[in-house]
Amino acid sequence: MIDLVWLIPALPLLGFSLLLLTGKRIGEPVAGYIATAMTGGSFLLALGVFFDLLSRDGEERQVTVKLFDWLKVGQLDVKVAALVDPLAITMVLFVTGIGTLIHLYAIGYMHGDARFSRFFTYLNLFIFSMLCLVLADNFVLMFLGWEGVGACSYLLISFWFEKESAASAGKKAFVTNRVGDFGLMVGMFIMFNGAGSLTYLGVFKVADAGGFTRNAATAAALMLFLGACGKSAQLPLYVWLPDAMEGPTPVSALIHAATMVTAGVYLMMRCFPLLLVADPIVFTIIAWVGGLTALFAATIAVAQDDIKKILAYSTISQLGYMFLAIGMHANAAAAFHMITHAFFKALMFLGAGSVIHGMHDEQDVKRMGNLRKWMPITFFTYLAGWLAIAGVPPLSGFWSKDEILLSAYEGGGLGVTGAKVLWVVGLLTALLTAYYMSRQVFLVFFGKERFLHSVGSGFAPMHAEADTAADEHHANGPVTPHESPWQMTVPLIVLAGLAVVGGAMNLPFTKSLERLAVWLEPSVGTHEFVSSGSTKFVLAIIATACGLVGIFVARMFWLQRPLDANLALEPALLKRAYGVDALYSNIFEKSGYALANLVATVFDGKLIEGVVNGTGSLVKLVGGNARKAQTGFVRNYALVIAAGAVALLTYALVRTL
Amino acid sequence: MLGQMLGQMVGAVKLVEVAEASNGFPLLSMLVIIPAVAAAILALVPRTREEIIRPFGIIATSIVGALSIYLFFQFDKNDPGFQFVSLHPWVKSIGASWHLGVDGISLLLVVLTGILFPIALLGPKEDHDIKQYTSWVLLLEAGVMGTFLSLDLFLFFVCFEVVLVPMYFLINGWGHGDRKTYSAMKFFLYTMFGSAFLLIATLALVYLNRDATGVTTFNVVELARNGSFTMGQGRWMFAAFALAFCIKVPVFPLHTWLPDAHTDAPTAGSVILAGVLLKMGTYGLLRFCLYLFPEASKWAAPVLLTLGVVGIIYGALAAIVQKDLKRLVAYSSVAHLGFIILGTFALTRQGLTGGVLQMVNHGISTPALFLLIGWIYERRHTREIAALKGLQKVAPVMAGVFTVVMLSSIGVPGLNGFAGEFIILIGTFISRPVWAIVAASGVILAAIYLLWAYQRSFHGEPDEASKGMADLNFRERLTIAPLLLLIVGMGVYPKPFLERIEPSVKELLSHMSGRVEGGESPLSSGEGYVSPAGENKPEAHEAEEGVHEGGHEEGAPEEGASE
Repeated sequence: MIDLVWLIPALPLLGFSLLLLTGKRIGEPVAGYIATAMTGGSFLLALGVFFDLLSRDGEERQVTVKLFDWLKVGQLDVKVAALVDPLAITMVLFVTGIGTLIHLYAIGYMHGDARFSRFFTYLNLFIFSMLCLVLADNFVLMFLGWEGVGACSYLLISFWFEKESAASAGKKAFVTNRVGDFGLMVGMFIMFNGAGSLTYLGVFKVADAGGFTRNAATAAALMLFLGACGKSAQLPLYVWLPDAMEGPTPVSALIHAATMVTAGVYLMMRCFPLLLVADPIVFTIIAWVGGLTALFAATIAVAQDDIKKILAYSTISQLGYMFLAIGMHANAAAAFHMITHAFFKALMFLGAGSVIHGMHDEQDVKRMGNLRKWMPITFFTYLAGWLAIAGVPPLSGFWSKDEILLSAYEGGGLGVTGAKVLWVVGLLTALLTAYYMSRQVFLVFFGKERFLHSVGSGFAPMHAEADTAADEHHANGPVTPHESPWQMTVPLIVLAGLAVVGGAMNLPFTKSLERLAVWLEPSVGTHEFVSSGSTKFVLAIIATACGLVGIFVARMFWLQRPLDANLALEPALLKRAYGVDALYSNIFEKSGYALANLVATVFDGKLIEGVVNGTGSLVKLVGGNARKAQTGFVRNYALVIAAGAVALLTYALVRTL
Repeated sequence: MLGQMLGQMVGAVKLVEVAEASNGFPLLSMLVIIPAVAAAILALVPRTREEIIRPFGIIATSIVGALSIYLFFQFDKNDPGFQFVSLHPWVKSIGASWHLGVDGISLLLVVLTGILFPIALLGPKEDHDIKQYTSWVLLLEAGVMGTFLSLDLFLFFVCFEVVLVPMYFLINGWGHGDRKTYSAMKFFLYTMFGSAFLLIATLALVYLNRDATGVTTFNVVELARNGSFTMGQGRWMFAAFALAFCIKVPVFPLHTWLPDAHTDAPTAGSVILAGVLLKMGTYGLLRFCLYLFPEASKWAAPVLLTLGVVGIIYGALAAIVQKDLKRLVAYSSVAHLGFIILGTFALTRQGLTGGVLQMVNHGISTPALFLLIGWIYERRHTREIAALKGLQKVAPVMAGVFTVVMLSSIGVPGLNGFAGEFIILIGTFISRPVWAIVAASGVILAAIYLLWAYQRSFHGEPDEASKGMADLNFRERLTIAPLLLLIVGMGVYPKPFLERIEPSVKELLSHMSGRVEGGESPLSSGEGYVSPAGENKPEAHEAEEGVHEGGHEEGAPEEGASE
């Protein structure tokens, strides 16, 4: 079965090719079902490979499957090959599993869009790229997937390219990620220079054997982390992710919540052996970047009004948790949270999409309210996501977040500077998370039906193009929210189930119940928690209490008081996301443009051209005087050439004689 | 010693003639002669018979293209020396000969030339003086082929210069804009300026060689083998050669002719200019500067590496603010060619191999961009980014093709641009880490200028002027399809290309380190570090190719041909 692992990415690639060539003719909804079937097929194959791996002993759960040579020059020998191991297959399973659900959902969501089949073409290409990313056995092929998902992200964010903001957001995502890619590339150079190989196993073997100098390993690790910060939207490169919400909501769920943005986390887990030989400061840096990002993004989320923006900042924040865990050497905890987060965040994005769909492209939570009455399935499934992310036991988010907080609490013992502070940061983030998610849920699903009054003013249709054909009632009149079609509600129900019970894959009570950690051990190593059972229990109580306080506070303000009374809770600074975007735009865009302008007009246009044309004029002047005997410019040159040749010849002859 | 060598040579030459006679078909000569003859035949066709002239040109160039592809598959990838050598006395009095040969370094450029010319004739539709136009293009092809195939410095110089004339007339006669005469002249003079130095250095080299050996010859292989000049002389001659080629590339700060020439050239002119003419410069650096003057190349490497890196950043920055699509792509060429310079003067196996591959990659992506821009211009009569809007909505196929080419140009893996860039950067990092890191930052800038230009011209709602614009028609799709196939094919499976380039690059490097006394790094560092793990394969690799290495200890390519 493992030999057939190449079929897993091959299916979506096939779907992509098929839809690229014939998508327009196939049209809606068949194109969507084909794409869904391809991803679903990959999921089934992945299950097969998973059980094959499971049937083997721990040591043998690492198989390299080679396909063909890719880049081979001298010692550089990059193959197209898959490294099938527990980490890779875990990633494959949740990418294809959630991917299939979101494909299905998109059939309903994209109904009526003029570029319906094009959407699924991109989506299948994305799945293919993502599978390359996680299955690759070397850094370069991983980078292919990495850039591939980036390109798909670009195409899908600017899918509704008629909108200026969507087009800009796509470009911003790509360019910001490129900054990270630069780091990733330099990291690869350093590793190749040190190890003469770019396969994971080759590099890590050299790392284990002490082949890297500490400086080289540290530099490589930090460079890779820079790449991870770009892809996984961490400080200071997170700015593209909120804008990425311009893409259709299934894209936000699939790419910008569940899968692609976790690539950075995956990379860091994968490179753990390299991190271990680097300076310990690397772990501290990762932990602090993660922790600060988590808190920073959570504070922004509390003041956002766009239903998707709230979720976007929440995603940045939750990704921060994962890096925090990696900084504490707790890879299994990071992976655990990555998976549960994929469940509940994809769920909430899809739920938000369902709301937007049902509300006819309304995204402002303050113009919603009491939707539980109109969209019961969406509401009940959303509840599961909300309680999971808020860390309410026994939902999935509680278990995974708890493990990360525990690892932070213990991190000092591993030499991470300021681990206890980060634990507090993590708790604070948990509190804020519960608060802003509750605020969102209360504003959307509870309270008054504010949309009955406010619709029609400042209404920004997201995909008006698409929906005018489909929804007759998309007009300026009062909106009648409606529940979404089955293609959309089924994925919601499945994901809600997973968000509720997902914690069961890794329960902290006994070693044998920590299934995920045990399973991932061959890939990411072990991490033993040292605290006693009672300490763990108390810590869990504290974390849960934080979540409950957050919910309670939100209830107090957003359920029991009128909206206008709460303006003080949303300072403009937070609404503007601390003005970082404006700051970046001033620093990088404006001064960058000024620099480019300087280069192009002053330097190139005046200086160099001045010298060139000056030389020309000089020659012309000289030529003009010499012209009395000559007829033209070019011939003058010939004369100069001949004279020069003679001169040098004479010189050469004299020298050598 | 000398007599022995001469004897060997004469023997080798005889062998070659025998080889070619038995082979029967002078493939390389045909690549040069067919387009030249076709141009001559066109002179006999009445100028009004455009319905004949166009197909004739396309067929003639297609035959050359087919032959060059045949050459690609007939090429022996295990032989690092010159193959299909054709050597005939030409101007006996000065020792010049008709000496053609192809190795891994020139092979792909020859094939690229063969493929691009029919595309350049098929793609854009010129509306006046088709006869002269087609003749000039054919003559241009003969010159370019000759440049890449010459193993005789005199023949090379002739071809290198011949290329100028048709290009000058193409820009001046079929170009756009008020400044086309200025641009054509600028192009001509700039290159002539460099050529003067090239000629002087060539003559100096030949005479120095004659003084040392008593033989007057322009044979590149012999000149390289003898290396009969002092260190100082070598450096001077290197500088002259390098100046000529750097203008052609163009290397910063000698690049200002390029944006003008591109902007004002007709589409076919831009396609050929970007696709192969610029490669004459980078090829010249590799073939002549490195090969003839190893010591000087190593000596000058830091300067050229720096100019390459500056070009990468500078070209990209300048591209960001360009208002004309063609000018933008022209500046992006300066950046891309900076990568090739970087790889060349990294003097490692990866750097050089990547450099050659990147010549081809740039020769595919950039012409594709120029074709697309040309088609936009044919429809809208403007290339101003500000005047275009929302083209993706009215021309989705064109937009899709543009996106793929753009991503290739940005260096997204899986497409061709990445393979070359990555190999170059890794090869450069081995010997010159700082340059490599600075150059790698160019990947950020490349994304900015292209994506921004794309956004402004293709995204958004189409304005009134753009609304009626037609998508690519069948002929245009047919024209661009081969380039798209190569963009994807070379990105996914560059092996057939790399394995043809690498042996010759390895040969060149061993020639160079043999020449440079001591042969210490970075010349010897093609594999110049030992992995701590000590489990790498180069030993086995080395042994496997050792047979060939032995055979080429003398660097005699003729032997390769006779095998």
